[in-house]
Amino acid sequence: MSHLPVLIPVTLLLSAFLIPLAGSIKRDFAFAIALVGAALAFAFTLAGLFTVITQGEIRYHLGGWAPPIGIEYVLDALSGFMATVVTLIGLVVLIYSRRSVLHEVAPRVVPLYALAMLLLAGLVGIIVTGDLFNFFVFLEISSISAYALMAIGDDRAPVAAFRYLILGSIAGSFYVLGVGFLYFSTGSLNMADVAQRLPELYQSRAVAAAAIFIFIALGLKMALFPLHLWLPDVYTYAPSAVTALIAPIMTKVAAYALIRMLLTVFQPAYLRDLLPLTSVIGWLAACGILYGSIMAIAQSDLRRMLAYSSISQIGYIGIGIGLANPLGIIGALLHILNHAFMKACLFLVAGNIRWRTGQWEIRRFAGLGRTMPWTMAGFSVAALSMVGIPPAAGFFSKWYLLLGSIDAGNWFFVAVILASSLLTAVYFFRVLEQVYATHTNEESAPMKASDPPLSMLLPTLFLGAGLLILGLFNSAIVTYILNSVAQPLQRPGS
Amino acid sequence: MSALATHYIYYMTAGLLVIGLYGMIGKKNLLKKLIGMNIFQTAIFLFFIYGAVKPGTTVPVLDIRIGMDAAAYINPLPHVLILTAIVVSVATTGVALALLISIYRRYGSLEESTILERMKQSS
Repeated sequence: MSHLPVLIPVTLLLSAFLIPLAGSIKRDFAFAIALVGAALAFAFTLAGLFTVITQGEIRYHLGGWAPPIGIEYVLDALSGFMATVVTLIGLVVLIYSRRSVLHEVAPRVVPLYALAMLLLAGLVGIIVTGDLFNFFVFLEISSISAYALMAIGDDRAPVAAFRYLILGSIAGSFYVLGVGFLYFSTGSLNMADVAQRLPELYQSRAVAAAAIFIFIALGLKMALFPLHLWLPDVYTYAPSAVTALIAPIMTKVAAYALIRMLLTVFQPAYLRDLLPLTSVIGWLAACGILYGSIMAIAQSDLRRMLAYSSISQIGYIGIGIGLANPLGIIGALLHILNHAFMKACLFLVAGNIRWRTGQWEIRRFAGLGRTMPWTMAGFSVAALSMVGIPPAAGFFSKWYLLLGSIDAGNWFFVAVILASSLLTAVYFFRVLEQVYATHTNEESAPMKASDPPLSMLLPTLFLGAGLLILGLFNSAIVTYILNSVAQPLQRPGS
Repeated sequence: MSALATHYIYYMTAGLLVIGLYGMIGKKNLLKKLIGMNIFQTAIFLFFIYGAVKPGTTVPVLDIRIGMDAAAYINPLPHVLILTAIVVSVATTGVALALLISIYRRYGSLEESTILERMKQSS
């Protein structure tokens, strides 16, 4: 059992290595290995999460070297929760991807799966590592494979990917710079060890510089307003299965990293009370929510609308981090989970529409509610969840964020969360109106459209149904997993 | 003046960082942006390597005359970290060059304005 933290990324890395070898013999092997690898990784994370809940955190020392000298992998409630989200979404999207990828980018299937597994390995690695520099290595593994994945796609994809590469390497470099300041101040790279040595250095300007550099870096990766500029183009031009893989989890992992820095490395006492970076994040996120919602209303392309809606939804997570109180962090983490399900579901629906009709333009969707009933049912559930209508899961994370804002006495955040729910309703009901209530006209997508094959439909419906189930069982998630995560944020005396 | 004398490497590193950032954001040619990125990363490598320096110490290879006293050797850890970071930087540059080749094949240029123009024409 104690090997679980390292088994998760290693399984994914190994399958990334095997895919090009087996894929050169027969192209279908690539998909099979990717599926097995992702399924195994998901099984390991589930086992890990269960062990963490019942027996407490698992610490694995790489190569038998004890920290702070050796690299340590940690599976605690926070990382177990995040790793489960990432591997589950990865698995579902991989099941979906086979036909979609063959349809859109058939000649590049083998490298695409190898890169997808590398991306997942990098993201899971970021989550389980307990070492600041190892974190950087996994950050770059996930980023470099993401650049390459995004460049597979239509003619504009490489340009969008190159722009993201430049911004992403600024982020990576800033992170290393921040870690450099931390290392030269504390003499350690192990997160727990750094956390122990930091309190006596809280007045040091080098530590402040480290915190600022690391937060800019993770803000860029998270697409926090105003560092979001790379996101819309990247999501729009990549193949639909790739967007469905990247959009729900990649920015969330950066958000997780921010929470990890806040809770484990710098401690709330520093980032919330001494150097109030968290409130900067909260205010930027509030601006991002409004900006993303308004831009989403203005889009005519479904993928672009979803991309701007991602910027807005990331803002919710940012507000939770910004509040830095227990309810806020619970809301943020719950929203990471819910939004991963919602965005994956929505992008799978977009992929289904593309697969049947070849269209992205919302004005041509009239009548799809009749011709693709199941796909559009999935879309409706996800849309209602995005708006925040119970019992869909999206309501509950917003509820916690609202409670957190009220608890902090921040009425501006309360207003932003409520206003943005209305704006979200505007841009989703616009699509629903086209789909269900508008008569087909000569601009409509071809009427021969129907629901896609089961291998694509089932993952979409699974995510849609998952949203309702998550909504019903969210209190269990909060009680068993998230409450203990949010414990360090309890202010003394309250 | 004394700060300049002891910390001049930091000022030079900061200068390189700014030059690199300017290249990445200010330059309109994609290849120049990439060169900016490399300058930026090199500045960070220098920052780490300078951080390992301790005056009056020697290379981190066991010397029988000095013995096991860690304080007598340069700190080797930043060097190792930077070796990893260099590998990462090489990989990023490789991917970026591959992207540039595919951009050049499709649009016949690496100037951002020309690419945007040709993108508009094709859509």
